[in-house]
Amino acid sequence: MSRVTLLSLQVLVAVVCLALWQLLSTVPVFGKILLPPFFFSNPVDVFAQIVKWFSSGVIWKHLGITLTESILAFVIGSAGGVLIGFWFARQPLVAAVFDPYVKMVNALPRVVLAPIFALWLGLGIWSKVALGVTLVFFIVFFNVYQGVKEVSRTVLDNGRMLGMSERQLMQHVYWPSALSWMFSSLHTSVGFAVVGAVVGEYLGSAAGLGYLIQQAEGIFDVAGVFAGMFVLSAFVILIDFGVTLVERRLLVWRPTVDGRG
Amino acid sequence: MITPTAVALEDAKVAFQLGDGRVYTAVEQAHLTVAQGEFVAIVGPTGCGKSTLLNVAAGLLKPAAGSVRIFDQPLAGLNRDAGYLFQADALFPWKTALDNVAIGLEVSGTPRSEALPRAQKWLTSVGLGAFANRYPHMLSGGQRKRVALAQVLIRDPKILLMDEPFGPLDAQTRQVMGNLLLDLWNADRKAVLFVTHDLEEAIALADRVVIMSAGPSSRIIGDWRVSLPRPRDIFEVRLDKEFHALHREIWSVLKDEVMKGYAQSTQAAEAV
Repeated sequence: MSRVTLLSLQVLVAVVCLALWQLLSTVPVFGKILLPPFFFSNPVDVFAQIVKWFSSGVIWKHLGITLTESILAFVIGSAGGVLIGFWFARQPLVAAVFDPYVKMVNALPRVVLAPIFALWLGLGIWSKVALGVTLVFFIVFFNVYQGVKEVSRTVLDNGRMLGMSERQLMQHVYWPSALSWMFSSLHTSVGFAVVGAVVGEYLGSAAGLGYLIQQAEGIFDVAGVFAGMFVLSAFVILIDFGVTLVERRLLVWRPTVDGRG
Repeated sequence: MITPTAVALEDAKVAFQLGDGRVYTAVEQAHLTVAQGEFVAIVGPTGCGKSTLLNVAAGLLKPAAGSVRIFDQPLAGLNRDAGYLFQADALFPWKTALDNVAIGLEVSGTPRSEALPRAQKWLTSVGLGAFANRYPHMLSGGQRKRVALAQVLIRDPKILLMDEPFGPLDAQTRQVMGNLLLDLWNADRKAVLFVTHDLEEAIALADRVVIMSAGPSSRIIGDWRVSLPRPRDIFEVRLDKEFHALHREIWSVLKDEVMKGYAQSTQAAEAV
């Protein structure tokens, strides 16, 4: 299928959904409106709300806050995950000792930590960053741990036979291997950084996309809730696109999944 | 003049601790020497411990008994005089062909600016001059072996250890690689210990062919000198009368071991 056909089909899906939504929420079917505006709003109102946010410029502040929180959560969580993952993988004893605790913390639904973080770090951005970090950290940690543990035996032996010292093995073998595993989870970890930020905002904050949605919900402004959701989706898609670009640049050495090289 | 001995295994025994506490003896009383400039091939049935013996010479494995001497010095730790060509892919997948070759020099402190042109030269001499910027996954199996060969040879090791290096390649590529190896080896005649399960390949390449018995506790059971003239061409040498006579002679010994090894491996599979 050509790119153009695919794209037009994708657009068609959106158009049909929006048209149905608009129709069912404004035109009565057998004397009854199937999607009552109070609960479902309608695409025109939602779109008007989005336009209003962007034209008045309010949205930029909120987007900026959410973006900052996501980036901080991603950077801090990744750095921690890489360091601890590396450490655990190279020190099996440490890994064995901490294993049950790591599993325990990871099994905890992160949302329950939000009130604690709000209490400790206040309602500013850091409580949201902390929530994002707890999500990102474990994804990166497990991947790096795996990456270092599963370095090919032959490649390691080859490094040794070529005369590499432990430090050089670290630099030329363990490190690239761990990074490649980390990058393979980039989409997931970036996604979770945003989730952490937005959920944190939703549960208590003064700015950000999550705050915007929560505020709209508080006054039963369904159009506002939907508008916030759409802006958030677009935001995530943009970030994901950026990640794809970074990934393509950094993982050139890896065979593509379809084997075209 | 006596040629110095590059590798000497004296009564080497290699044993592994199995998971259930039993000890598995892979190789016993292995006595093997490789003189400087000599090309020795080890042939044996699957699972006879030929690779194990090679790893002992490389210092990757410690013998349970006996000694390993490299140029008359007892081997402690890794064998720093040896280059090792692995059977499996051992290139660094995150480095280009050029970087993979250059790393051999860079680890010993050669500046990158100096290592890169020399790596390029080596890539050219293994016929991959135009593939410097490819990553390993973009190369064919044969090309990857060429890069691996350049990676090992650029360090100019005094001893070359090769563990069925052309095993995973198709028949034609193996012969091409064999000729390439002989060409490169002819230039400075390093001591080579070459492990293979292919008797024809062994005779075509080596000065001496050593046969191992089927494992466990396999021993060296035969040692033949190959006096075919050099330089050799692998395609031609196989048509030689002497080649055939030698092949028949060695095969008569090897055949029994291959059958034994096969029987043992099927029994072991049934026992599992």
